[in-house]
This record gives sequence, structure tokens and C-alpha cells, in this order.
Amino acid sequence: MIAAKEIVLTYKENHKKDRYIIVPIIIRRQIERLLEGNYPNEGVGFFYGDEKDNYRIIKRILPVKNVKEGDQRKRFEIDPRDYLQAEKFAEEWSLSLLGIYHSHPNHPAIPSVHDLKRAVPYFSYIILSIENSITQDWTSWRLDEKVKLFEQENLVI
Amino acid sequence: MAKIIIPTPLRKFTGNQAAISTNGNTIREAIVDLTNQHPDLKNHLLDATGQIRSFVRIFLGDEDILSLQKEETMVAESSIVSIVPAIAGG
Repeated sequence: MIAAKEIVLTYKENHKKDRYIIVPIIIRRQIERLLEGNYPNEGVGFFYGDEKDNYRIIKRILPVKNVKEGDQRKRFEIDPRDYLQAEKFAEEWSLSLLGIYHSHPNHPAIPSVHDLKRAVPYFSYIILSIENSITQDWTSWRLDEKVKLFEQENLVI
Repeated sequence: MAKIIIPTPLRKFTGNQAAISTNGNTIREAIVDLTNQHPDLKNHLLDATGQIRSFVRIFLGDEDILSLQKEETMVAESSIVSIVPAIAGG
């Protein structure tokens, strides 16, 4: 499993799309605290905000439970009912549901094969690499549907 | 007849419409009608045999159709059907 994460290419190399995700400091701390608290398991949640041209700014987050059965150190899954609720919150808050954040405990902040396999269009996928309950790195990615690979986005944090 | 709520990631395939009115008496018929109205959705909702993809969950109101009559669950004009992408990763 670890080898697969390292060998199979899941993203476009040496290519960063001209897209920006702005993460205000308060949101950054919220996400880090939540995901570090989930260590050594993967934690996950939704984020919301506004989008204009190539910029997405995060304004709120919604942590959800990782419901993956079995070993949660390398997998996450979101309950479909939590997803339904997440869409309803977007309406209530008049914000766009922009994507999902999740952690990679003891792994780099690079999308795994499983991340790619289950990726949906439009969403930004923020990944935090966490070691010993301390955040090491942040990255953000979006699926390029034509080539079925992730494209890295510019994080402003 | 049913109103289908499109999840955010798939709205780019419906011209950013969040809800689409569909014809059909069952979930299956409503989904097929939806993909006829918006053909770019087809690949995301149906597999090569025309079955609803395993990574796509469908709710009638607050009920997962897996606990009802699955794709053959009847819908009415007032029905609200939600498409839910089964989100996962590693």
C-alpha cells in the first residue's frame, strides 16, 4: 500500500495550475488542530467559501466523521448523509461547497492512488501531511478530468 | 416527475443548475431522463451497462434508496431526489 502511494503517479509533475486557494489563519489553525487530533487516523471535512475567477477563499469548514470501516490510518470515507447535510449547509450559509480537506498521517501531502480513484470534479482537495500529531505540509489539488490526474493548486496560507 | 438535486461537483454539467425537474415514475426513469437532458452527466452517473454507478448514492428525501426499492423506487411530482457522490480517499 505504501509502495503504491510512492510509485504510481497521481498528479501532473512540474505543473502548477494558475489557481489559488486562500486559507485565512483562523481556518488554517482550525483544520490543523482537527486533523492533528485525528492522528494517527485520517481526518476529513468539507470547506466552504467564495470563488472568483481562479481564486477560492475559504470562509467556513465542516468537520465530518471518518466512517471508513477498519484501518483509518490510510483511508477515509464520508457518510452519504453527512454529504447531504454538507450541501444543505452551503445553501444555508450562502457559500459554495469548494472541497474536502483530509490528512495523510505519516505520508507526504501528495494524492494517493485511492484519492485519485475516488476524486470528483470541481472540488479542491486539500491534503495535510501529519507526523506525530504535528502538521508537516499543506497542498491542494484539483482533478483534471481529461487526463485523470490531479493538478496542484497554489495555496495561500 | 421528481426534482433532482445536483451535487456541487456535478453542477458544471448542468449549466450550474442545482435542481432539475425530470420525468419518470421511478428513480431509474428520472435519472435516465436527467442524463437525456444533460448528456455530460451520463458518464458520471451511469456505467457502461446503464446502471447507476456504485460510487453514486441516491436519496429520496432523507431515505437512501438502497433501503427502499433501489432504482425501482417510485417517485411523485413532489419528490425531492438527491444525488450524493460517495466521497472517499486515502
